[in-house]
Amino acid sequence: MVENFNIIILVLLVVTAVISLQVKDLLSASMIFGIYSFLICLLWAEMGAVDVAFTEAAVGAGVSAVFLIATVFNTKRKSSD
Amino acid sequence: MAMKWLALVAVVFTGALLIYGVSDFPDWGSADSPANGGIEGAGRSVSQTFIQETKPLTHVPNMVTAVLADYRGYDTMFETVVVFAAGMAIFAVLRVLKTVDGQHSRVIRDRSVDGDHQRIIVGTTCKILIPVIQMFALYVVAHGHHSPGGGFQGGVILGASFILLGLSDGMETAMERLSEGKFVAMAAIGVLIYAGIGLLSQFVGRDFLDYGALQPLLGTPDEGWARSHAMLGVEVGVTFTVTAIMFAIYVNLASKGELKGGL
Repeated sequence: MVENFNIIILVLLVVTAVISLQVKDLLSASMIFGIYSFLICLLWAEMGAVDVAFTEAAVGAGVSAVFLIATVFNTKRKSSD
Repeated sequence: MAMKWLALVAVVFTGALLIYGVSDFPDWGSADSPANGGIEGAGRSVSQTFIQETKPLTHVPNMVTAVLADYRGYDTMFETVVVFAAGMAIFAVLRVLKTVDGQHSRVIRDRSVDGDHQRIIVGTTCKILIPVIQMFALYVVAHGHHSPGGGFQGGVILGASFILLGLSDGMETAMERLSEGKFVAMAAIGVLIYAGIGLLSQFVGRDFLDYGALQPLLGTPDEGWARSHAMLGVEVGVTFTVTAIMFAIYVNLASKGELKGGL
């Protein structure tokens, strides 16, 4: 069961990583990056590294997503490449 | 375009090399990997030393906190300094101190109930949520010895509660609670608390950040409890800096350094 869980999260991790790089809308990219952080947080929690998972949940999925969105609102929303 | 494909080839090659290297690693969680079991004939490993000695020597059940704040306290102190420096760098790059003709370039939204209907739902929900988030943040800091958590996580959550106030009720409301002068001072005080506890143990006559030396000052039964309490003090210092810098980064990013208007 745990192995299946790992495989699902790892696949989703790769998918969100690729999408967040490929998507042209930077607001979507920052939100998908937040999802990526949350998935890797789940993976760490499942591996027993609870402190790291906690930091990732607070910093990666929480605050850094807000920072990225705040930056997108004050710059361009479309990616140029 | 050719460079892009060349870069892809380089990345795929490096990635394949790394994956090939991983196959030489011991199994995940293996008891006799060098990190867990130690190298044969070389005595016990670092992990075993921490597992066996952290509790009797520091009275801290959560080994991660003991390692973070005591055994590698010097690194954590400079991590706090790095957070402080990052905040100051963002301040230096983004903060606008002079405004053209005394006018702010951003339009400050009408924050009355008539002007902003979303404020009723979002504002009320956040008003209920924010105290809970702040209590949880303080719990995470104070309980970092026994459960996952500590200064960095608690500080980020506490900073996030102020950011949430800024997002839901306007940056002006959040800045009333935590003004620029306050958060810059808070960030500096956090680093000073950390370094001060380190210096205090030096003044007592031991090494920098050797918390055991604080036993006579704290009046604890043994050095372990002095280390445990000093760790809490250090975590409080980290919380001060991280809270202040998280909020400082948000207000500078969201308002292009004018600290007015916001998102």
